Amino acid sequence: MTKALPSVSRPATPGFATFDEPHHSLLIDGDGEPDFDAIQTSDDFLDLKRRVKRFIVPATLLFLAWYVTFVLLSAYAAEFMSTPLFGTVNVGLTMGFLQIVTTVIITMAYARYSKRKLDPQVDKVRALVETDEELA
Amino acid sequence: MTGANTAINLSVFGIFVLLTLYVVYRASTRNVSASDYYAAGSSFTGTQNGIALSGDFLSAASFLGISGAIAVNGYDGFMYSIGWVVAWLIGLMLISERLRNTGRFTMGDVMAFRMRQRPVRAAAANSTLVISLFYMIAQMAGAGGLMALLLDVHSKIGQAIIIAVVGIVMVLYVLVGGMKGTTWVQIIKAVLLLLTVSLLTIFLIGKFGFDFSSILDRAAQRSPLGEAVLSPGVKYGASDLSKIDFISLALALVLGTASLPHVLMRFYTVPNAREARKSVVWATWMMAIFYSCTLVIGFGAMALVGTDKINSAPGGENSAAPLLAFQVGGTVLLGIVCAVAFATILAVVAGLTLTASASFAHDVYANVIKHGEADPREEVRVARITAVCVGVLAIVGGIAANGQNVAFLVALAFALAASANLPTLLYSLFWKRFNTRGTLWSIYGGLTSCVLLIVFSPAISGSKSSVFPDADFAFFPLSNPGIVSIPLSFLAGFLGTIIGGEKADPAKQAEMEVRGLTGIGSGLR
Repeated sequence: MTKALPSVSRPATPGFATFDEPHHSLLIDGDGEPDFDAIQTSDDFLDLKRRVKRFIVPATLLFLAWYVTFVLLSAYAAEFMSTPLFGTVNVGLTMGFLQIVTTVIITMAYARYSKRKLDPQVDKVRALVETDEELA
Repeated sequence: MTGANTAINLSVFGIFVLLTLYVVYRASTRNVSASDYYAAGSSFTGTQNGIALSGDFLSAASFLGISGAIAVNGYDGFMYSIGWVVAWLIGLMLISERLRNTGRFTMGDVMAFRMRQRPVRAAAANSTLVISLFYMIAQMAGAGGLMALLLDVHSKIGQAIIIAVVGIVMVLYVLVGGMKGTTWVQIIKAVLLLLTVSLLTIFLIGKFGFDFSSILDRAAQRSPLGEAVLSPGVKYGASDLSKIDFISLALALVLGTASLPHVLMRFYTVPNAREARKSVVWATWMMAIFYSCTLVIGFGAMALVGTDKINSAPGGENSAAPLLAFQVGGTVLLGIVCAVAFATILAVVAGLTLTASASFAHDVYANVIKHGEADPREEVRVARITAVCVGVLAIVGGIAANGQNVAFLVALAFALAASANLPTLLYSLFWKRFNTRGTLWSIYGGLTSCVLLIVFSPAISGSKSSVFPDADFAFFPLSNPGIVSIPLSFLAGFLGTIIGGEKADPAKQAEMEVRGLTGIGSGLR
């Protein structure tokens, strides 16, 4: 895994941390605890939030809508759902099976998206506070 | 069924119990700290936990109940399978990673993160205990009912003894193995269950010339309902009311799964959020395969055994899968399927016992009674004592509920989880202003409305299949309350928050949001 680059949102720091230079640039308060307010408003964190939202909001709405459609059709459009498609396999059973298929597809898509777009960004945000923990 | 058959069932089951107890014993050597007992020291990998997650989730209701529901009601039974697969997307995208990052051992850790500790933890523990107990009694009662079929035990006393044995073994798992031992039991059981179910499915499909359509054809011929079993409406299509009941059930299934306390607690057994995500990915695959197989097994049982024979068997609907196994593989396969069904019940109740005991010891004892300053060793001791008490309660409840309609107890647990836990979890993770009053209102609002609606529903009184068939105080017409109690709980949480009480703490909110997404401050790598 590549080391996360320092964020552009904070002042430039020397390339190496040394013992005589406390980490003023890091988002840590006086006691060495992470400064959550500062992190929450940092560009890197806001970017992470945007990336998370960009996937989970549409994906959640999509699968819920698709599931509710299936349930409502089963309840109120039994005629349509019993139209045969392949032999005795009808629309309803096919749609039901497709619910399982789409669940697996969305799951894999989320796993892939997280690995490519979320995890690196999480590492970036963590780099804002983590120099000390990494040394320890 | 014959005596030889009982001997095979008993010996396969006995081997499973001995094997798992040995594994639990081996896993337990360092089982001392609170983190070991509750979360197996967070030492499992995502893959292991994903398999265990499916083990925890696939209860007897899933295996015997669903294949039976499909074998008798066809399409309407399949609804359960779909709801329980789709539900994992909520766990995956909205809950698992944030829960792992913000909590340590229980659901209460997350709900109380930025709220006043004592009342919220007490509420979370109440909800966990109620849900776990309902779920557990359903499983134990199921165990008793199954015995009639599987071990040829027909006397009530004989069944009570078997329920007690199941209870004692499960408490042993928990006491000896803690979370680590219980997790290994789940893994062994999940692998056995999935293997059995997939082999049975492959065999069935092969028997019908790899043509699913011909299984359905045969099934429809053998069913008294004919082609109608392949279409929606057999069970829930009768009236407008029953259609709403169907929608209510579908909602409870999809929203309840990812907020069942024993499912939530599983996410703490892995070291970080990425592994938690990986667990859900694994679990989703296992569920997708398992529930697809139930479709074939259910219709296969309808085709080969016939609905009438299933309905008149001692276990009723629940006996579809075992009867099918007997039909295709004789006594040996029946023995294996029965043993797997037992293992399933045993493992699920062990997981529930652990969750209930953790919630009481960690939330109520350590945080409410001792104000967060309990000695960790003492806390684990309390957890163990609670496990024994919960075990006793479950045995007594299981014996009392033996022979009752157990499906509604399971559906009730899902409706309860979807009403009391899901709105609270989502609000506290995603809504900035959410405060202590909102939390309490949504937990108790969901929990009490759901329990009350169930008490006054046809599941309890007023119909032939209810718990008290002779009394009639059912003024709520739906047997599943989800469609009312879930929105009610969301509303209660919203109103409680905007009406007043103390303002949400912005510093805590910042900490929770940052920590939930990144794990900063959690000490997790």
